[in-house]
Amino acid sequence: MHNGNQPLIFELSKEGRIGYSLPELDVPEVELSELIPEEYLRKEPAELPEVSELDIMRHYTALSRRNHGVDSGFYPLGSCTMKYNPKINEEVARFSGFANIHPLQDESTVQGAMELMYELQTALKEITGMDEVTLQPAAGAHGEWTALMMIRAYHEANGEGHRNKVIVPDSAHGTNPASAAVAGFEIVTVKSDENGLVDLEDLRRVVGNDTAALMLTNPNTLGLFEEHIVEIAEIVHSVGGKVYYDGANLNAVMSKARPGDMGFDCVHLNLHKTFTGPHGGGGPGSGPVGVKKDLIPFLPKPVLVKKEDGTFHFDYDRPQSIGRVKPFYGNFGINVRAYAYIRSMGPEGLKLVTEYAVLNANYMMRRLAPYYDLPYDRHCKHEFVLSGRRQKKLGVRTLDIAKRLLDFGYHPPTIYFPLIVEEGMMIEPTETESKETLDAFCDALIQIAKEAEENPSIVQEAPHTTVVSRLDETLAARRPVLRYQKQ
Amino acid sequence: MKHRYLPMTEQDKKEMLETIGVESIDDLFADIPEKVRFKGLYNIKEAVSESELLKELQELADKNTNTEKAVSFLGAGVYNHYKPAIVDHVISRSEFYTAYTPYQPEISQGELQAIFEFQTMIAELTGLDLANSSMYDGGTALAEAGMLAAGSTRRKKLLISEAIHPEYREVVKTYAYGQSIEVVDIPIKDGVTDIEALQGLIDEQTAAVMVQYPNFFGQIEDIKKIGELAHEAKGLFIVSANPLALGILTPPGKLGADITVGDVQPFGIPESFGGPHCGYFATTSKLMRKVPGRLVGQTVDQDGRRGFVLTLQAREQHIRREKATSNICSNQALLALAASVAMTALGKRGIQEMAKQNIIKTRYAKNAFEKAGFTVPFQGAHFNEIVVKVNKPVSEINQKLLEKGIIGGYDLGRDYPQLENHVLIAVTELRTKEEIDQLVQEMGAYNA
Repeated sequence: MHNGNQPLIFELSKEGRIGYSLPELDVPEVELSELIPEEYLRKEPAELPEVSELDIMRHYTALSRRNHGVDSGFYPLGSCTMKYNPKINEEVARFSGFANIHPLQDESTVQGAMELMYELQTALKEITGMDEVTLQPAAGAHGEWTALMMIRAYHEANGEGHRNKVIVPDSAHGTNPASAAVAGFEIVTVKSDENGLVDLEDLRRVVGNDTAALMLTNPNTLGLFEEHIVEIAEIVHSVGGKVYYDGANLNAVMSKARPGDMGFDCVHLNLHKTFTGPHGGGGPGSGPVGVKKDLIPFLPKPVLVKKEDGTFHFDYDRPQSIGRVKPFYGNFGINVRAYAYIRSMGPEGLKLVTEYAVLNANYMMRRLAPYYDLPYDRHCKHEFVLSGRRQKKLGVRTLDIAKRLLDFGYHPPTIYFPLIVEEGMMIEPTETESKETLDAFCDALIQIAKEAEENPSIVQEAPHTTVVSRLDETLAARRPVLRYQKQ
Repeated sequence: MKHRYLPMTEQDKKEMLETIGVESIDDLFADIPEKVRFKGLYNIKEAVSESELLKELQELADKNTNTEKAVSFLGAGVYNHYKPAIVDHVISRSEFYTAYTPYQPEISQGELQAIFEFQTMIAELTGLDLANSSMYDGGTALAEAGMLAAGSTRRKKLLISEAIHPEYREVVKTYAYGQSIEVVDIPIKDGVTDIEALQGLIDEQTAAVMVQYPNFFGQIEDIKKIGELAHEAKGLFIVSANPLALGILTPPGKLGADITVGDVQPFGIPESFGGPHCGYFATTSKLMRKVPGRLVGQTVDQDGRRGFVLTLQAREQHIRREKATSNICSNQALLALAASVAMTALGKRGIQEMAKQNIIKTRYAKNAFEKAGFTVPFQGAHFNEIVVKVNKPVSEINQKLLEKGIIGGYDLGRDYPQLENHVLIAVTELRTKEEIDQLVQEMGAYNA
């Protein structure tokens, strides 16, 4: 990694330099003061940097060298499915016929884009076992909220607007309760049992005629398959609630168990996880939602349909729709990438994706089990959760272990999540990593376990090789500096 | 099946199964109940090779009329602008695009610093104290602003100008429904928010007044006056602004805005059929702890070196769960980076130059339309859009234009019954005098 401080772009600015190339104005010049009222003409120019094109490229190249991506090295961040991002996908998304089309062009001029969206929807219906799919949500959390709004509309249409509770397991992703709250629901937590699965007794106790839905990730955030899924769905359905599938972990079950067959009524997917839309340093994502028949009338507007003559059309005449969740039609550019991935893998490829993701995770879990506590000792799916409580007794926290991994060139696992595991480390290798990579990472974690016993300070003081050492997060929050100010 | 994305060999498989202590991969799925187990393969198309994929998708792409080949006068929230070539080169660096949200700051300083710079540029442009790291798009950013206002004022009514993008308004209404917040439309008069009507609507239940600047019709409204009315009623003032226009226009922060949102698509982001684009969210220090989404803050490491971290995370879903200020998690980081690069390339001068060209070229188009006998109903100050009245259905005219390789303007009759046969024409710095003249001439020919 690039060492040394990289100045802010503002600190590299020098009056008089430019980095742009605009055409000469080819219409008569007019004084802006003749066109814009004085009060609305900006007095102080915005302090944007003044730099040359090479200055810009060097700056961002230097920044990129201070950043770790999947292409830089292993990135086993649990729940995030940091698989390889195929380069061909980047190429096709940049085709001018995809990148340079306006969303409000006449439908006759964008039939190719609409066909791609339709084909993607069709594939996702098959993959999830759902009856209809919308590509509109921009990301996973947006998809969660969209689906919950549909569930709400469904209950209201049935005269059951009183159903105001959404049940969420204590192991759920934070977005689940947050999305339910934004959709206007109250949250009820259901406990996990000693096996790390939904506690059926507790579920029976919390469901009732005020239950709107249960949100569930399967496999759950411990990487464990909810083997009582049929019963869970029955319990919720028996009281009139809907069952929601958080698709963050779909990589674990492709071609093995479809949400629609497991009893789920709706699902969101993270195309930027399972289907290789790159994560982009935190987005853009894409969070399509799939639904069973009885939720179709409530899909957000517009709904993409194929007409009898084979052309594609956006249908706005949807009287029961929850309305619009996003301007236009979703993160099309990410959807193009996901479609390219599905076409590259095919049915056989997607099956292998899941099989190898699960094989990789189980292999790592077994290699590491002697050195770290494994709170739930059974076959995992695409990820598993270790506990650092043994190391904690030696004065080495999971945070320290994560920071020490940086010295080995790895991105650490997701840590302190799910909340029900003490000193948790959630490891998701994905199927695109080789056995050599998995072995080298396991070796590093095993070495760190030894260091915790023999030389804990090297772990406690890590990282030692990064461009900065541990950062003072308390200071950042206590005295927030959220922007550069010219001295 | 062998696949270039899957490094597993038969030997690897054998050794790994042995370590795990199972016979086959199927054993690892034994916990899936028989009843729900999926057997066989998905009924989707067979895999294609890389060259076949290129061909297949190129064919789909070629079915679309793209704005590189056709001359586009279509705007309405998404614009065909100059995109500095350098933007795509920066965001193609895979250290950026293959990274996740920067949870581990020591190996994510590049992304964190880039976001910090983005926050600074947005705060500069909007004239507000701070900005977040991005939102999905301008529409959801506006909705989140409305939710913040309702939460912070403990009031349940949003007044939204009909001169705001119709699709943005629809998104606000969907979000508001979830939170049981009432959304009331403020009517328009002469292409701007009807201030008299607003005075009648505003009351002690008003959480915020929401306007667009420049508005959906390209008009630069007297937003200062509207802000004053909002504040008199102790509501917040929310402005949805085109950030490019802010290169020339007085920033909303200086005109009383409490929150300014919008979409940075004009900065180096392709139209991409409507997404991904990138919303921004700027506000005052007073509302800092209620901001949705990620914020990057400056701090120091153990050796006193400057560094950057995600901060004030107690607002966010992964900490606060159902008590979070928003459910947003992934945002549009890579496109915030793209916009940063474009804003940097434009710089202090370029952004003024580009914004100015938009205004002057649009004025040229306005004069040309009027000279050709068209009525331009709204005569106020404008940015890069004007409304033109035509004698025939806009769709018919646009069909004719398309035959000449021109993508016509937006049919306002779709959203505004009173504006049937009115078209919204966008003129950016990329449109030449010749193209504008041709547009006016062709439209004149069909309009007769």
